[in-house]
Amino acid sequence: MSEQPNVAADHADLMREEHRELQSYVWGAGLALLLTLVPFALLHWFGLPRLPMLIIIGVSALVQILVHFRCFLHISFAHKREDLQLILFSALLLTIMVAGTIWIMASLALRMVMPTSL
Amino acid sequence: MSREAAKYPGLNLSSAHGKDHEAAESLMFGFWVFLMSDAILFGMVFATYVTSVHATAGGPGPSQLYDIKSILAETLMLLASSFTFGMASLTLKYKHSTPRLVGWLAVTLMLGVAFLCFELHDFSAMFAKGGIPSRSGFLSAFFDLVPLHGLHVTGGCIWLVCLVCQIARHGLDTKTKLGIMRLALFWHFLDIVWVAIFSVVYLAGLT
Repeated sequence: MSEQPNVAADHADLMREEHRELQSYVWGAGLALLLTLVPFALLHWFGLPRLPMLIIIGVSALVQILVHFRCFLHISFAHKREDLQLILFSALLLTIMVAGTIWIMASLALRMVMPTSL
Repeated sequence: MSREAAKYPGLNLSSAHGKDHEAAESLMFGFWVFLMSDAILFGMVFATYVTSVHATAGGPGPSQLYDIKSILAETLMLLASSFTFGMASLTLKYKHSTPRLVGWLAVTLMLGVAFLCFELHDFSAMFAKGGIPSRSGFLSAFFDLVPLHGLHVTGGCIWLVCLVCQIARHGLDTKTKLGIMRLALFWHFLDIVWVAIFSVVYLAGLT
């Protein structure tokens, strides 16, 4: 009989935990929806100049990717160090390789007077 | 039961799952290593696309070929499928009934297949306007990048069907549970790649 309150308390904890994780998915979907609709709407209905539009698209995409990582993949700084290092190191490699490729190829296009690359 | 420390990145099964939770640690970490290498692959294909976006060789360009309404529909379907897979993960973690789990997985599968149908329709519309891969460097790069994501989604759908068959055959044992956990990561990862695709390829292409 003495175990009974414990079981009830555990159950309540479990319910709270589930509610918290459900909230995470709901918030993630809501924020991602907003960050998707804003650039689509701006592009479709408001003819913004090219540069501000590209900046808005880029920022919304980056924020949305962070939202997906946080809310759907549950990545936070509470993880073990090696898990975070895997993700951060991959992000670093990705940035160096993608930015480096685009930089070099854009520079090449400029010097060879090819149709502009960016 | 207070909040447990996470054993691996992503949604964790809790200690209520006993040995399944223990078995997950190395498998899930290994799957993250695969996802990150896949991210590098996608990154390089993105770089190829960005460097050849102006190489249209007099052929049709983004503004003639892309259909923003269809892209918005695909984006919403993929986002919805990510959410429903999240619901499936929670159903698994908190041990709700198996039919409910299979139900969420089935909804996810339908959204994934609908996404693929819309995408194939887009490609055939592009073909009809002369946008075939061999037309220009831009189109080669486009058909390298976007269908690569489509192939990943197709693979995810096949994996999902296999998992549902495994659930039907073996019930929710360690292998099926960890399969669902890994496919969840894969599915959310593909949605992130799609965010980059609709932003870099479609939205930026149409500005």
